[in-house]
Amino acid sequence: MSRRNDFDIIRQWIKPKSRVLDLACGDGELLRSLKQEKQVKGYGLEINPQNIERCIVNGINVLEQDIDRGLGNFRDGSFDTVVMTQALQVLRHPHLVMDEMLRVGRECIVTFPNFGHWRCRWYLSTRGKMPVSKFMPYTWYDTPNIHFCTFRDFEELCRQKQFTVIERLVVDNAHKGGWKTRLLPNLMGEIAIYHLTR
Amino acid sequence: MPEVIPAHSVGLVTPQTFHFDEPLELSCGQTLSEFDLVIETYGSLNENQTNAVLICHALSGHHHAAGYHSMDDRKPGWWDNCIGPGKPIDTNRFFVVSLNNLGGCHGSTGPVSINPKTGKPYGPDFPMVTVEDWVHSQARLSDRLGIQCWAAIVGGSLGGMQVLQWSMAYPERLQHAVVIASASKLSAQNIAFNEVARQAIMSDEQFCEGRYLEKDTIPRSGLGLARMVGHITYLSDDAMGAKFGRELKNDTFSFDYDVQFQIESYLRYQGENFSGHFDANTYLLMTRALDYFDPASQHNDDLAKALSVAKAKFMLVSFTTDWRFAPERSREIVDALLEADKEVSYLEIDAPQGHDAFLMEIPRYMQALAAYLDRVADDCSVSDSSNQNREGQA
Repeated sequence: MSRRNDFDIIRQWIKPKSRVLDLACGDGELLRSLKQEKQVKGYGLEINPQNIERCIVNGINVLEQDIDRGLGNFRDGSFDTVVMTQALQVLRHPHLVMDEMLRVGRECIVTFPNFGHWRCRWYLSTRGKMPVSKFMPYTWYDTPNIHFCTFRDFEELCRQKQFTVIERLVVDNAHKGGWKTRLLPNLMGEIAIYHLTR
Repeated sequence: MPEVIPAHSVGLVTPQTFHFDEPLELSCGQTLSEFDLVIETYGSLNENQTNAVLICHALSGHHHAAGYHSMDDRKPGWWDNCIGPGKPIDTNRFFVVSLNNLGGCHGSTGPVSINPKTGKPYGPDFPMVTVEDWVHSQARLSDRLGIQCWAAIVGGSLGGMQVLQWSMAYPERLQHAVVIASASKLSAQNIAFNEVARQAIMSDEQFCEGRYLEKDTIPRSGLGLARMVGHITYLSDDAMGAKFGRELKNDTFSFDYDVQFQIESYLRYQGENFSGHFDANTYLLMTRALDYFDPASQHNDDLAKALSVAKAKFMLVSFTTDWRFAPERSREIVDALLEADKEVSYLEIDAPQGHDAFLMEIPRYMQALAAYLDRVADDCSVSDSSNQNREGQA
């Protein structure tokens, strides 16, 4: 069982022995488990020096590369799956990165926090201030998160770009689903996990 | 001079000379009937010969990579920052081999050696050697040392080119390839700088068409000039500015062409110092080897195709302010390796020192290198046990 429960879900969606590119791969934990359990071949992209070092220690192929500058060095369709967990909101041009992900990969998996969650809405409506929580611990001026969206916003982007949603899961902070998140995903879900293709 | 040998130094080391009798055919068509290679080794080779690391040197480097030759040495070997007990290339775990390449001027057969056919120094008659030739000669050295497969081959700049060449020429003989501040081929600008350096040497009156040793002279000023040009390209503008700025040697301008600025003084010192211990013909030869290296050229300029035979895992490092071997050059290699579906990691270290950064103790660089070599060490023990298994099964 990994620290990140969303990884358990993602792992189920990735085929054994496939080629995976993990954008903003962190310390390489996801790739490492995919390598061990599914004999996946892959690379991680990362810009944080500490994370890059941990990837090396973890035996992960890691490339220092800024996703915001595109994935021009990767050929069309050269990966089975391109993964990006919890990074969409920090990108300068998330919509262009989404295009790139589905150019170099046949499928992509994206996870991101939902700004439409009831707690955010409650915070904003009662206090009139940008939400600060344990889950989103930054103030508006020093946050790396510059492009928050809600599930509904993201779905709209997918529709506009004509991406096909293979699967979607809406989970709470502990990455668990439940009747509440199924009934009212945009209000009750904290994290979305999308599996897309063109 | 080190009054005491610093902790984490490999200590006092002695070079060894290996003589090779079997003729070596060179890319230029000539053959060296016999040759010497001078090497240094640090650490010890394990029982299964799986912990050997080869260090390939850059343009003016040689076998003395770490430690001291005597207590009178002012400086340790050229890569002492990296090689030693507890250092990134940890001699407690690895058997490290460093050599002076063919054509060098520090003991291996080269232009200053005596040509057995004439009894005089080779001088300009020493055949042109290439990166490919060096790697062939290094493979012979590996055989002699009983090393079937290197745990890692590591090199910066021209050394990185040798590492790349190893991965293509002898894919079964290295597990990891560490290529630092290098390129798969020089740019026109690089070749231009090399040409200026060569012209500086060849136009020196004392050069005597390369036969200066026979005439008992040395083209000092030409060699010094070549080194000055080199030095400018190894530093970044920022590094030079931070170190020297426009600082003057004296308070006022003297309105002549003597040394006025600190940077001039530094460059002249470097040039003079270099011309005292490096051979001009070797400099010509090594810059030419740099110019010629271009493995993709035999594959329709497709580097991925050239690298497709490689089996090693790769680690590449570049430095942000290196304009001689810019990060883009490293990224070209990385992209080709990705295209060829090879295992590769790549780091772009933010460092102000320019190309010279690859020799410096930059914390992030050292940590990353140490982390990677940890992984190499893990892989060694894996292959150790698999060897044992194989033996057990047999």
